[in-house]
Amino acid sequence: MKMTGAEALVRSLENAGVEVLFGYPGGVVLPIFDALYDATSIRQILVRHEQAAVHAADGYARVTGKPAAVLVTSGPGATNTVTGIANAYMDSIPMVVFTGQVATPVIGTDAFQESDITGITIPITKHNYLVKDAAELPEVIAEAFHIATTGRPGPVLVDVPADVGKREITYKWPETLNLPGYKPTFKGHAKMIKQAAQLISKARKPLLYAGGGVLSAGAWKELKELAELMQLPVVTTLMGKGAFPEDHHLFVGMPGMHGAKYTNYSITETDLLIAVGVRFDDRVTGKLAAFATKAKIIHIDVDPAEIGKNKAVDVPIVGDARYVLSEIVAELRKMNAEPRTDAWMRVIDDWRARYPLHYHHPDGVLMPQHVIERVRELTKDRPTVICTEVGQNQMWACQYTHIREPRTWVSSGGLGTMGFGLPAAIGAQLGRPGYLVVDIAGDGSIQMNSQEMATAAIEKLPVKVVILNNGYLGMVRQWQELFYDRRYSSSTLAQDCPDFVKLAEAYGWHGARVTEPGDVDAALTAAFAHDGPALIDFRVSREECVYPMVAPGGSIDEMLGGIPGGPVSEMLDGELLEEVWE
Amino acid sequence: MQHKHTLSVLVENKPGVLSRVTSLFARRGFNIDSLAVGVTEDPTLSRITIVVGGEDTSLEQVAKQLHKLINVIKIQDLDPHEMVDRELVLFKVNAPPDRRHEVIEIANVFRTKVVDVGKNTLTIEATGAGEKLAAMEDLLRAYGIKEVARTGRIALSRGLREGQAQG
Repeated sequence: MKMTGAEALVRSLENAGVEVLFGYPGGVVLPIFDALYDATSIRQILVRHEQAAVHAADGYARVTGKPAAVLVTSGPGATNTVTGIANAYMDSIPMVVFTGQVATPVIGTDAFQESDITGITIPITKHNYLVKDAAELPEVIAEAFHIATTGRPGPVLVDVPADVGKREITYKWPETLNLPGYKPTFKGHAKMIKQAAQLISKARKPLLYAGGGVLSAGAWKELKELAELMQLPVVTTLMGKGAFPEDHHLFVGMPGMHGAKYTNYSITETDLLIAVGVRFDDRVTGKLAAFATKAKIIHIDVDPAEIGKNKAVDVPIVGDARYVLSEIVAELRKMNAEPRTDAWMRVIDDWRARYPLHYHHPDGVLMPQHVIERVRELTKDRPTVICTEVGQNQMWACQYTHIREPRTWVSSGGLGTMGFGLPAAIGAQLGRPGYLVVDIAGDGSIQMNSQEMATAAIEKLPVKVVILNNGYLGMVRQWQELFYDRRYSSSTLAQDCPDFVKLAEAYGWHGARVTEPGDVDAALTAAFAHDGPALIDFRVSREECVYPMVAPGGSIDEMLGGIPGGPVSEMLDGELLEEVWE
Repeated sequence: MQHKHTLSVLVENKPGVLSRVTSLFARRGFNIDSLAVGVTEDPTLSRITIVVGGEDTSLEQVAKQLHKLINVIKIQDLDPHEMVDRELVLFKVNAPPDRRHEVIEIANVFRTKVVDVGKNTLTIEATGAGEKLAAMEDLLRAYGIKEVARTGRIALSRGLREGQAQG
């Protein structure tokens, strides 16, 4: 069938199963936006900034597992996507970003709104394309979606010059793809899987360490099956939150810099660390030389480059987490393996009882942690997605929410992108229309993409923004308090500027302000019941810190703040430990 | 352990692939000692030969990252004892008429060719493995080397391995 390149692009999006496109038009992409004008099967969301288009696609992918498309113009449109793409790349989120480009004859001449976006994004995309021949569009788009969604997922960028969109071609959607250099390993090595099962069956103090890879592989059922079969305690990373129900008795929290003490103690003491879809990130491991030193390590990951990158492992398994976990379970069943973690769980529960997460709650003071606890309690019986911005708000959200369903937690992990939460919440709301979508925000982060309040209002997306407003860049201030002699250089904002309630109202949102602890529930209830987007400005205690905390470069069992205790060698209950070693 | 490695990287012959490969090395803090690229027996494929030094473990990580590039098909870290390697170098050497014959003699001893004669210079085309070229450069230095151009090392694994790979 004859059609223009732009029409072929739209047809290819439909063939690839794209349901949502986040975009922002401009000169060179007008032919494509024109073709989209007639595309009824794709919901098109006009954002207010290109960065937000990418974050929204990111949020959408995190809650659905499906890739969305992004379409922006050349030059500044393209460069504005860079932070969003880097964020998706660090967190392995699938999406395909289309950028307009100047016409092929003028590429390389510093033409108006020209930027070498494929060159710029080489280090932050899984792959990218500059399409110079319109006839290649269907094949390139089919490849782009295949690459974005298979193996270790990630963003793919397709750069489309203006003349390519206008040229007429004969459309053909490819039936097979020719990617000789791309063959992700799916099945894990059978011998390694056996070896892993052997180690698991014998371990007295095993620990599952699960990350975002469990979610991208859709392996949460298999993870739970393995954990329950062998009664293995589970920690989930920031990216893995929701991969294991956080109200489960085997759940032992989030490890790392702001993990609970009992979580970090468990890692320090375990004799078998079963790492699934994680990358031993520095925010988790702290000082690598002191991380899980008593443990043998099994590492399951679909990306061979992650295995042994930061930490030497004993049993490397390259493969799909879902496949490998189900094979390990089958192997353990065959062996009639029995759980042996009763005493170990009692050690952990003892730590849990002695060193819980906690914060001081002076009378009449509105504490940020309390707000999150109330969000958690008031959404208990309602399907909810929790999004976060980045900073203290995010760490408290990690600590005080209990995510029970996979793909209902949306937070910027590797890149730590302030301004991610609101646009991601917009994407999440589109992906899960029936869910309550709450963005836990700080007064700093929310201002990095607050223009998207217009998008939410106009597209009728009833997201709820909970601002923990302390008038500071809170995490920066915390580090300055702890490591820079309280010299608050460039970290002081103003609690009353902007007036967030007026800002909300300016966009047609419901807005409210809370200054008293007693008013938290009523304000949240009203916002959650409101049928449109809502924002609450919680004026929280200004200089509260996130605790406990591992000092940068420190060992994870030596934590600042929280209930005194540690390092782990001094924290063990002698009797219980003997039992574990029996 | 620090070692020089000769990586033979088979890639799709497409625009931009070389820059994807080289930028990966730069990004991970490796300095490329030499680089040579050319099309293979299959016109859709190119072979990039890269000589790079560094810690064995971090080089292994770069090789793994290289594998993740969609256009990279195969990577071999060639065993120095199991490869044939060559480089072509052009030396432009100071050679005033009274010393010209000495330089020509050196060129002959190394079985290399004089490819240009100027009033006060000679240009020598030398091919060989790294050691031979280094020895020759050392000798020529006494006369004053004005300019050097190198193709970069190219290498293939020896016959047996290739045969096995195909079988």
